[in-house]
Amino acid sequence: MVSNDSAGHLIILPQLREVLLTVVVVFVFTSLLLIVSGAPPLEAYYHLFLGSLSSWVKFTHVVKVWIPLTLCACGLLFTFRIGLWNIGVEGQVMIGSMFTTWALRAGVDSPDMGPVFIVLSLAASALGGALWAAVAGFLKTKGGVNEIFAGLGLNFVAQGIVLWLIFGPWKQPGVASMSGTETFPTALWLNAPALLRIPPVALALVVAALVATGLMLRYTRIGLDLKAVGRNPSAAFLYGLKPSRLMVLAMLFGGGFAGFAGNLQVTAVYHRLIPAISSNYGYLALLVVMLANFNIWLVAPVAFFFACLNVGSIQLPMMLQLDSSLGGVIQGALVLATLGMHGWRRIKLTQA
Amino acid sequence: MTEFDVSIIIAGVIAGAAPIVLAAIGETITEKAGLINLSLDGSILLAAMASFVVALKADSLLAGFVAGALVGAAVAAAVAVFSIFLRQNQVAVGFVLTLMTRDLAYFLGNPYSRLQGPQTALAPIPGLDQIPFLGPVLFNHPLPVYFSVVLIGICCWYVYQTSPGLKLRAVGENPQAAYARGINPWKVQLLYAVCGGLLVGLSGATFSLCTKPGWGRPQGAEGTGWIALALVIFGGWHPLKAAVGAYLFAFLQLMGIYFQGWLPTVPAQVFQVAPFPLMIFTLLVMSMAQNESVRRWAAQRGRATALLRFLSGMAPAALGRPFRPD
Repeated sequence: MVSNDSAGHLIILPQLREVLLTVVVVFVFTSLLLIVSGAPPLEAYYHLFLGSLSSWVKFTHVVKVWIPLTLCACGLLFTFRIGLWNIGVEGQVMIGSMFTTWALRAGVDSPDMGPVFIVLSLAASALGGALWAAVAGFLKTKGGVNEIFAGLGLNFVAQGIVLWLIFGPWKQPGVASMSGTETFPTALWLNAPALLRIPPVALALVVAALVATGLMLRYTRIGLDLKAVGRNPSAAFLYGLKPSRLMVLAMLFGGGFAGFAGNLQVTAVYHRLIPAISSNYGYLALLVVMLANFNIWLVAPVAFFFACLNVGSIQLPMMLQLDSSLGGVIQGALVLATLGMHGWRRIKLTQA
Repeated sequence: MTEFDVSIIIAGVIAGAAPIVLAAIGETITEKAGLINLSLDGSILLAAMASFVVALKADSLLAGFVAGALVGAAVAAAVAVFSIFLRQNQVAVGFVLTLMTRDLAYFLGNPYSRLQGPQTALAPIPGLDQIPFLGPVLFNHPLPVYFSVVLIGICCWYVYQTSPGLKLRAVGENPQAAYARGINPWKVQLLYAVCGGLLVGLSGATFSLCTKPGWGRPQGAEGTGWIALALVIFGGWHPLKAAVGAYLFAFLQLMGIYFQGWLPTVPAQVFQVAPFPLMIFTLLVMSMAQNESVRRWAAQRGRATALLRFLSGMAPAALGRPFRPD
């Protein structure tokens, strides 16, 4: 997105100005909202900060949100690269969690084999997420069904399947409830050292995902092909690329990463399958990637900021009697203002 | 089942489907003009919150409905302006607004949660409500429910029988040609985005002031926007068929209570999912119907032909592809 004219270094400055302007606009908007709700804005921002970054424990909560968000965002970079709107990440996370639970259930009776089943569950989750994404991919390429509506529909179907499992075949002994399936024995948890509080496996996974995504999109044939089809499908076809196969491939990657996110939601966070297992991270990841302007270097910091907002706003109901959805409002306002700024820049460019 | 039961069920379906019909028809109008307003699920909630709060504070139901309609129109206008004038991806903008307006509704509505507010009363139509069976089924509802039923007819007539309706369809099918004939596609799209948004807003108002009175988190309108979007497709972009889909869905929801008795292991939420596989299936059939060999195959089989014909709708040709005069 950086234009390569002779005065390349000058382009950075207006972009920085745009970012600053976006932040100011969102800051004013949120502050007005807070004033309307009768809350002191600065105090609310302070509580957002306190709730997310004021202690190591809170920081680890943020990281636990950051990890699945970043994983989903990595997957989305593949699908956006080829021009697909993979709105089905949410469902792919849920199916990933479902496959994880399925694999771990097999290990409940053999606690000493815990690590084996966790590895199996990781493979199963990637497979599940990728399969679910492939359904949307094939509906698009073979069935002519728009990937947005297919993905959206499949999200709700995935939610239905998860609910049915929780209330039916996988219900807790005794009575089924919205609190989810029975909690797994600790042998099947992704364990974290007492001081770190974050499973190193999860951290390794997300770092590996970021590196792999960056390298694949930048340096491999697949990355180049995805980009070629995304920019100009008909030209890519004439050049001998197969857009539909590449689309399904991109969906497989997207779904696989989302599946990993679903796995960690079970193995590292909830230790069981709950109805809201995806925590909306799939939808939120779409906002992350849009705000990061599809740039992998920005995905991790933007996801981290979003995670801070998510975790920090949990404090608001207790401290200021505000609804915790303020975090979501700020996230949405940021993306909307950025989109508006992009549009404004284009208008100015065409007028100039 | 006695006749009495049937009339209660049908009356319940007509009343329960009212907000869904409003939203589905609103979105149909907008999409007929070629614009997708994806923000429905959030804008319905924001409108529901606004109408409840305004109706409560002003102690006026009318003010509440007006406020809801205006909120729906404002969100739709935002989608249109971002798409048409700022040239941003309308799906992206709609999606962001879906999440943002939902959170905004919860945030701003928080102080008004679980308050007792005004709600629309039944307005039986004198004389007609005494007709056996038909009276209680059709003529003993609150005003928004009558409106939702009448709107179906108005919308069909407007879109298919009037000159502005023809312009609306022309812009959705071929904006270049419409432009060449002296119609400004941008104005038309903005206009019908706002019109559709007004109805989407009324859908939200109908939720919080009539169907599920009150405000809270969750309100009960959650998910309706996505269902309405699915119904537009299921209805093949025809207002009448979209409305039929809404009634079918309301019927399924009502029957969910009975299903629960037969299949106690299946939670009610699973039935909520039903429109979505149907939507995918509809899209699949529509796309396959374009295929010559599929049509030849179906020609031999009466049922397949009937299915193809029933689901034969076509998306407006320029749906989601903004007009650029170059």
